[in-house]
Parts: sequence; structure tokens; C-alpha cells
Amino acid sequence: MALRRSTFKSGLCVMMITAISTTLLGCAKPSLNNINAMTYCSESNPGSFNPQLDTSSTTADASAHQIYDRLLEFNPSNGLIEPGLASSWLVSADGLTYTFQLRSGVEFHNTSYFSPSRTFNADDVVFSIDRWRDKSHPYHHVNGGSYPYFDSLRLDERIKSVERINGYRVEITLYIPDSSFLANLATDFSVILSEEYAIELMTNGRPADLDRFPIGTGPYKFREFRQNQHIRFERHEDYFLPTTGPQQLVFDITNKGSLRMAKLITGECDAVAFPSQSDLAVIQEREELTLLQKPGLNIGFWAFNASKAPFDNPKVRRALALAIDKTSLLDAVYLGQATRAKSLVPSASWAYQSTAKELGYNPVRARELLDEADVPNDFTMNIWAMPVQRAYNPNAMKMAQLMKSYLADVGVNVNIVSYDWNIFRENLRLGMHDSVLIGWNADNGDPDNFYRPLLTCEAIPSGTNRAMWCNPEYDELIEQALLTDDFALRTAFYHQANKLLFEQMPLVPIAHAFQYQAIRADIENMEVNPFGGIRFDSVTRTKK
Amino acid sequence: MKLFIRYLNLMVVTIFILLLFSFILPFLFPGDLLTNISGISPQSNEQRIALEQVYKLDQSIFHQFAFYIESLLDGNWGVSTSDQSNLLHELLLAFPATLELVAYALLIAVVIGIPVGFLSGLKNHNPLDFSVVTFSIVGYSFPVVWLALIFITIFCLQFQWLPISGRIDLLFDVPTETGFILIDIARSGISNKADAYLDALHHLILPTASVAIVTTALFIRFTRRSIMDVMEKDYIIAAKSRGFTQRQIFFKHGLKNALLPILPLLVLQISTLITNVMIIETIFSWPGIGRWLIQAIYQQDYPAIRIGMLVVSLCVMALTITIEFITRAMNPARERAESATV
Repeated sequence: MALRRSTFKSGLCVMMITAISTTLLGCAKPSLNNINAMTYCSESNPGSFNPQLDTSSTTADASAHQIYDRLLEFNPSNGLIEPGLASSWLVSADGLTYTFQLRSGVEFHNTSYFSPSRTFNADDVVFSIDRWRDKSHPYHHVNGGSYPYFDSLRLDERIKSVERINGYRVEITLYIPDSSFLANLATDFSVILSEEYAIELMTNGRPADLDRFPIGTGPYKFREFRQNQHIRFERHEDYFLPTTGPQQLVFDITNKGSLRMAKLITGECDAVAFPSQSDLAVIQEREELTLLQKPGLNIGFWAFNASKAPFDNPKVRRALALAIDKTSLLDAVYLGQATRAKSLVPSASWAYQSTAKELGYNPVRARELLDEADVPNDFTMNIWAMPVQRAYNPNAMKMAQLMKSYLADVGVNVNIVSYDWNIFRENLRLGMHDSVLIGWNADNGDPDNFYRPLLTCEAIPSGTNRAMWCNPEYDELIEQALLTDDFALRTAFYHQANKLLFEQMPLVPIAHAFQYQAIRADIENMEVNPFGGIRFDSVTRTKK
Repeated sequence: MKLFIRYLNLMVVTIFILLLFSFILPFLFPGDLLTNISGISPQSNEQRIALEQVYKLDQSIFHQFAFYIESLLDGNWGVSTSDQSNLLHELLLAFPATLELVAYALLIAVVIGIPVGFLSGLKNHNPLDFSVVTFSIVGYSFPVVWLALIFITIFCLQFQWLPISGRIDLLFDVPTETGFILIDIARSGISNKADAYLDALHHLILPTASVAIVTTALFIRFTRRSIMDVMEKDYIIAAKSRGFTQRQIFFKHGLKNALLPILPLLVLQISTLITNVMIIETIFSWPGIGRWLIQAIYQQDYPAIRIGMLVVSLCVMALTITIEFITRAMNPARERAESATV
């Protein structure tokens, strides 16, 4: 009997030890207070570390305001253009010549893979613009040779020359006046790269590294990127502006929205990208979390691939638009956190037209139109639902499922398609879709930033025109609107474009959503940036 | 010797079939064959032709297969389509993370499962035994996925004691060298190693517990059943009648005779364990091979899927066949591995 008890005891001991050690570990939380660092849980892998190459906001978030600076910057609170790397600028009376005076003494990043020998000057500006502008530039074709933002605006064809006047003065000449030119130079995409680094890479035969191991002048230096895992940044100590941001900045790549939310609650993330609409109430309830919000300059829409039959027929597009009840989509997907979209621009823009016409919900009329267009009952189409959350469409999959049931009512079968985000966009660019649920986040406050990249002909090859819809009449209107500085006249052109879009229906505008950012309550000075990428240069953490 | 040749033969044939299967895969995947094989989408016609020559696509299928085997042996395992990273390098980073979880879970299962199994088998049909049996049935019946989610709900979201994802807080700047986090911390140059260790252990608790519980429950049931059978054997009764104490009987006869027949069964659980770990990895964002493969599938990274599946299946296969061989070699009398009594 005594023996039995001893065996029993030893067994019990093992269990006790395990239990105690678990509890101990559970209570003694390791302290991270002495590390001046911050973790941001982002939603996907950046395509590269150069926003010139990509319009995805994931790429812009990871590089635009961390690694780089621009000649001009938007003030995130009022949208006005402010000096960046250019300390001042001058526009000639005819609106064709822009002269920029550059800052001196701006240091580039000194990293393990590059040590700069000089500070920022006019050569870097000329190099950065010529890379996307000049097709014969040695770097133009490096890493794909496609610059979707600039290509979609046809900006390369508007610029006549970019000249270095002296070390700190650059002159840009245009062929025709462009009232949105300065705004374009302040967008996330107009970053300034290091010419010296580019030349060094070219000599070493590794030009592709320019966009993978980036060098810029921005508040953070690139340290490390592991696909699907994390990106590490380190503070650029010689940044030309005073910063209070954390010493270390880590992007923890977390695809699932629910997991990001969970990590925010456990404190593994200090800030998360795109909190889902259903979590907003939870964030507001919890003391340790803060919800930031701003009306977004964005639009979520359903685009038809107008290069494919039967979607090349406006009747079919209108019929499909009539078959969808937008009100219920707004309720179910945005949970009331968005306004109904009538045309492309939200009400925050000066070009907004409150009287714009829109199609209502009318399944009977939809079926009639489909019959007129000889689309058979039982016709099958696909809806591509983007795999990531965006303010303009927080849950494309759910929306696609709702639309599937609406379309079934008018005799159209739907297959829902989704891929990894980078593949998804590449396949969209190739036009492999019938229709897609996606949207657009404006990069500047100018309405041209909606109308041109989303639907003009030249935006098809660059992949921002998801409808693959090309209409010369529309292009002409958008072109006319840029030639003048007169707001009333420009507004009139955009209203005409709205009318044309209503008749042609290349895409169904669905919603303009609020933009949210969820952070831990001890994070301060974080702002929602309506003009593109996230920034951390002034973020601080309050000490407990 | 004959046995060795038989098993060697089995292994070689299986490896060949796996290689053949992985060779055919890119032909079955959708998309451009050249991209599926090389991981590079050719930007120009010249590049395409050059790549086709490298991968012998202009030659017969036998040349292609020979080239495939050759490059595998050379350690030239291709690049990922999504970021052009070297797959061999990626696998060497991911695989240790999986092995690490497997090792800790196995350790817990052995240290807890076997003693508890003996204890409850020796004292069968008393309250302790009943509670152990109950625990093991419950533990064994849990799907690991469900268990992991319950753990997350309680320990992470409700009480916020433990972290949900990864191996260590990313703010600890520990470079991956060996792939085993605890070793990497020791080798890294960071200043606050004690905090880093504590943090890494925190990250280990839930994933390890989620996989260990099922395996531990299984180990308990194996050992309990085995010791109960052994204790009823004639030689135990004989020993009892000769006046040996319970303790002497157990350590002299019971332990060895109970462990020997179930040892191979226990070791074979490792392959189940690997599968479970791969599932757990995706839940806890543990940067192991399971998560790596899932990501590759999401990204349609065909070269990565092909190599990842080959490596995992080769490992599980080699492990199984080796254990089978050792068991048979140790115990020639047995014709087949006994089926487990669970």
C-alpha cells in the first residue's frame, strides 16, 4: 500500500509542477517597456518597396511615408499642399513651367547595403521622375516597367522635360496646362529615390534591388522583409524633420481581419489595418482600444469587364445594375458606416453632384433588359471578390454572396472568385474577370483622381480601369476638365461625365465609406490619413 | 540483411514515386508551365527561350525528369513565384520551427503520458484511474483545431495572459539562424535575453499544449492498456507468489515488458503529431512548414507547393519506414506491427 502511495505522489508531483509553471508563466508578463517600438498589423504583403510601381495601398503603407519623401506633401487634416523636399515652388503664368527650390542637407538612409556619399539634390529628383517618364531611361524597364498611377493619368506624356537648373533647383515643363499636377506630385506615388544608390546598383549588376532594398530620405530605414511574416524598420536618425516616432517599427503581416482584431486586444499589435465593421462596436466599448475615424475619399463599386461579351453591351450592364438592391448591401456589408454612392466622387469633394441620377432596384425591368440583349435564362457569370478588406469594401466576399442571390432572381448564375491579393490584381489587369467588386482610395482631393484612373482608356493597360471600358467621349470630357482652373467649369464637365456613366454603366457605384483605424489607447498622435498611406513619424506612446 | 534490403527497396520505390508525382505536378497546375516549374515569369521572348533551355523544356520528358532530380540533389530547389526567394533557404527556415513544436509536444507526451498511464494502469478501477481515463478520452476526442480556438478564447482574449501568434514578440529583434527560437535567442546579440526567453516561452505554451494534449492522452491510453495486460501475465503472478513486492515486480518485469510492444506505436504517433502541428501552425501563425504551405497555396506559388509537399511527404515516409524497419529488426518474431488497442 505504501508503494502505491509513492507512485501516486510522484504522478501528482508531475502534474503539480506543470500546473504551477503554467500559472507562473501566465502571470509574469515579459516587459517590453524599455523598447521604444511599435507594431502595426498590416493586411498583406507589399508588392515591392517602391510605390511608383504599384497602386495598392498595401505597398504605399509599407513604403510611401516610411522610407520616402516627396517634393510636396498633403496636410492630412485639410488636404492643402505643403512643402516637402521642395522648400518652395513657382508656377509660370501660362501654367506650363514649374520651378522647385529643393532643401539642402537632407540625408539619405545609411544601411547595411548602402552608404550614401552625398545628400539629396536635384539629380535625385530628375532620376525619380525620369524613371517612370522616360521609356529609354536605363531604369525604366527594371522590375516590370509599369508605373500604373502615372500611366493611368498619362502623366508621362504631359511632361515635356525635367531639368536640373542647379544642385538645388529643378524645372519641370509641361506640354499642356494641368490643374492637378502639383497634387499628383504630392501623392504617395511620387516618391524621391536616391540616384547615387541606383547608379551603384546598376554598376554592380543588381538594378532590381532598387525596389526591394529601398533607400530614401524618409523617417524610417528598411531593415528586413519576410514574406507573409513581417517587415522591420528602424528610425532614420538624420531625418531632416524633427520626429517623435518609435525607434523600431514592425509591420506584422496578418491576413485575417479577425486575427488582427484579436492581436490588438492581446496587445500584440499597437495598431491594425482595416478593422471590420462588425468589430467597431467592440473597439469602442473596450477601454484599452481607441477608434479613429474620418470620412474617406473613396468609392466601392462593382465593375463589369466591358471588353468581354455580353458585358460590352450597356443594356446588360444596366440590367445587372437594376437587379441589385444597393440599400441592403449597404446595411449588410457596411453596417451603416458608409454613404450610398451615386457617381464616382464622395460628397467631401467639390465636384460632388447631389442631383446625379442612379438606377434603383427593379428585378422585373432587369430581366426584360436581359431578354432584349439575348442573355439566356441560366446565364453564368463570375464575380471576383477581392480577398483583402478595404474601407470602401470591408467584406467583398459577403457582398458577392448577397449579389449572387439577387442575380439568381433574374436568372443569372454567379460563381464567386477570389485569389491572393497580388495575384488577384495581376489577373484583373489581364482582364480575366467578368465583373469585380473592388474600389478606389483617392490619393489626392482632386476629382480627376477618381475620373481618370478609374475609367479612361489609357488606364486599361495600367490596370486601374477595372471595367476595361474605353469611351472617347468620356476621355474628352475628363481631358477638358483639366485645362482650366475654373471650378465651376470643371464641375460642369464632371457632371456631364456622370450623365454618360449613368447611361453606359461601366461600373455600379455602391458606397463611400468611413475610414477607420483601430489603435491601443496608449498610442498617441496617430491620424487617419485620407490621402493614402499610413504614417508613424509623429506617433508616440504614453508611459504608464 | 534480407529484411534491410526489403525495406531499402520499399523506401527507394516510394521515394521514386514521390519524386515522379512532384515532377508531374507542374504539368497539372493551371497556368504557364515554365512559370510553374521555374518560379519566374519570363519578361521577354529571349528570357523565355533561355529559361526553357535551362529547364530542358525543349528536350524530351526524360531529360526534364533527370534535370529535376539533378537540381534537387544539387540543392537547387528553385524560387518562389511570389517573391523570387530561394525555396531551399525558406524551407530551412520553416522546417525547424515545425520540428521545435513537435519536439516539445513529444517531450510533454512522454514525460506526462507514460508515467500517468502506468499509474492508472497499476491502480485500475479506482477513482484516480477513472479520472485519468476520463481525461484521456476527452483529450483524445478533441479536434486540435477546436482545442486551440478554445485556448485562444480563454487565455488570450478573455484573460489576456498569453499571446496569440508567432514565436516571439517581433519587437525582440532575434535573427533566424538555426530556426529553433530558443537557440536563436542565445545566439543573437540582443541585450534583454531574459525577457526574450520569457516571451518566447509564453508564445510556446498554447501551441504546444494544443498538440500535446491529444498525443499525451493517446500515450496514456497505450501505456495503461499495456501495463494492465502485462500485470495479468503468468510470470507476474508467479513473481507475486514468490513474495516480491509490488514495486520490485513493476520495475523488474512490468516496465520493460509493457513498454517494448508499444514503443513503435508511440514513435509512429510522431507522424500524426507532425500533421497536427501543421494545422496548429496556421492557427497560431507559427512560422513553420504548415503555415508556409498554406500561404503558398493561397498565393498559387506552384514551385513552393511542389517542393513543400515533397519535403513533408519524404520526411513522414522516411520516418515511418525507418521505425517499421527498426521494430521488425528488433523483434523478428512479429510479422506485422500490432494494431493498437486504444
